Amino acid sequence: MARAATRLTRFNMTSLAAGLAFLYLPIVILVIYSFNASRLVTVWGGWSLRWYHEFFNDRAMLDAAWMSLSVAAVSATLATLLGTLAAVGLARGERFRGRALFSGMLYSPLVMPEVISGLSLLLLFVALNAERGFWTVTIAHTTLTMCFVTVVVQSRLTALDRSLEEAAMDLGCDPVRAFLMVTLPLIVPAIVAGWMLAFTLSLDDVVIASFTTGPGSATLPIRIYSEVRLGVKPEINAICTLVIAMIAVVIVIASFASKLSSSQAESAAPL
Amino acid sequence: MSARRIFARPARLAAIAPYLWMVLFFLVPFGFVLKISLSQTAIAQPPYTPVFDFAEGRAALAAAFAQLSFDNFRLLLQDNLYILSYLRSLVVAATSTLILLLIGYPIAYGMARLPQRWQGVAMMLVIVPFWTSFLIRIYAWINILQHDGLLNQVLLTLHIVSAPVVWLSTDSAMYLGIVYSYLPFMILPLYATLSKMDASLLEAAGDLGASPRQAFWLVTFPLSLPGVGAGALLCFIPIVGEFVIPDLLAGSNTLMIGQTLWLEFFTNKDWPVASAAAVALLLLLVPPLVLYDRLQRRQLEAGR
Repeated sequence: MARAATRLTRFNMTSLAAGLAFLYLPIVILVIYSFNASRLVTVWGGWSLRWYHEFFNDRAMLDAAWMSLSVAAVSATLATLLGTLAAVGLARGERFRGRALFSGMLYSPLVMPEVISGLSLLLLFVALNAERGFWTVTIAHTTLTMCFVTVVVQSRLTALDRSLEEAAMDLGCDPVRAFLMVTLPLIVPAIVAGWMLAFTLSLDDVVIASFTTGPGSATLPIRIYSEVRLGVKPEINAICTLVIAMIAVVIVIASFASKLSSSQAESAAPL
Repeated sequence: MSARRIFARPARLAAIAPYLWMVLFFLVPFGFVLKISLSQTAIAQPPYTPVFDFAEGRAALAAAFAQLSFDNFRLLLQDNLYILSYLRSLVVAATSTLILLLIGYPIAYGMARLPQRWQGVAMMLVIVPFWTSFLIRIYAWINILQHDGLLNQVLLTLHIVSAPVVWLSTDSAMYLGIVYSYLPFMILPLYATLSKMDASLLEAAGDLGASPRQAFWLVTFPLSLPGVGAGALLCFIPIVGEFVIPDLLAGSNTLMIGQTLWLEFFTNKDWPVASAAAVALLLLLVPPLVLYDRLQRRQLEAGR
């Protein structure tokens, strides 16, 4: 009888199933229609790879895809480096002057509307007279995504047993050596998960990239966005499916990485 | 000296590079937004007249302060267009947050009651769409909602409607898109508080004669309020400034403030007014941000 209070009711199961169906059904439909042979998006004309073929012959789209992938790879790497350093400072630096400002600057971009971040960075680039293109978008994405990396790595560092580091130092390691030999190997899974998160966030962004890019260097989301405004095109379905497939691979790798680290805490959960 | 304090020094040194990066690319840009929001519009490249130049030194700076222009902010207050779009942003964000709460709560509740080993799987399933491109998920809905899309086909086949319904470019489509995109942000904090709840409290309520419904409203719901607050703010704040979803799914009658800012910037090329709108939007978001920060801190202290 006591168990009745916490039993899984039919209502619980239904709402859970309906919620998951709501989250996944549109994506499944999109993927299925990307294999549609018909030009009309809504009429089923049999299975075909026609739209994938179209995409691989679309020079402008391929250029945009290449630009997006390189921005995502470079900015995710920079963000992981800076974000990990920031996480170390916050989790191990104890109290220092300017700490509140530092954590404030790192946490506010997580909820800051993208139009504001994009506009402010663009005004900076204009004031610095920087040529807009690959590097300005990369810097903008690094700034945004390093905050997410910091959150992921910091929560891992906080959950870590500090007596290991202290033992290493008691045995004669200097702090830097203790960090490199003991702490770093333990937080590698969180760092990997942070990189993956930064990569997918950069690959996804349309607003900040629109503000900070220059003429002639559109990213894939910018291209998709301008096509979508004109209506549904089967080729876009194919591109979206490819992006989803790539992100799925990234997620699988990231979840393996976080599984490796979950022996101590659940902290590696993305966000 | 303890090992911790020896460790702290190099850790602080490590923070220098990210610190400088954030000052240069996060803090300083806001200075430029503020500066340009106070300048005059000009037909030039870049399209504004700088009010003052940091390079000219202190005297020039002081002289420039005398002629700062609040015209752009005055314009925001006088022109109905801006006031309406602020109001609309607030209404849309509040309404969406309420819908998200109504949908997200039962899902999070169901997750928290799953057997332990299934909870991780369910959480993963909720997080995965968050990783999938947000633009693609909105596009997926356009596929379904368009004139001859799947939804209308299903409705026509089932004879629920006799002619295709216009779904795109309506507020319902926009709300659907927002709810769809932000659902994980609502579910996760709710699930975090619901799953930590002590089940014996509910058993005690049952033993004392409360019906399951009474137990829910008297025990479970009040205890989950911190999660409700966190989820609501986590959704409300970014939705106020949302641009892509209303632009792709909503009609073009009244714009949300994010759209107005975009329009001023990209179409009208009025950078000063766009900057003033950004400053105003930021001011609007300060109260919920402070509230969120306080809520998080209180929960951290309670956890200790």
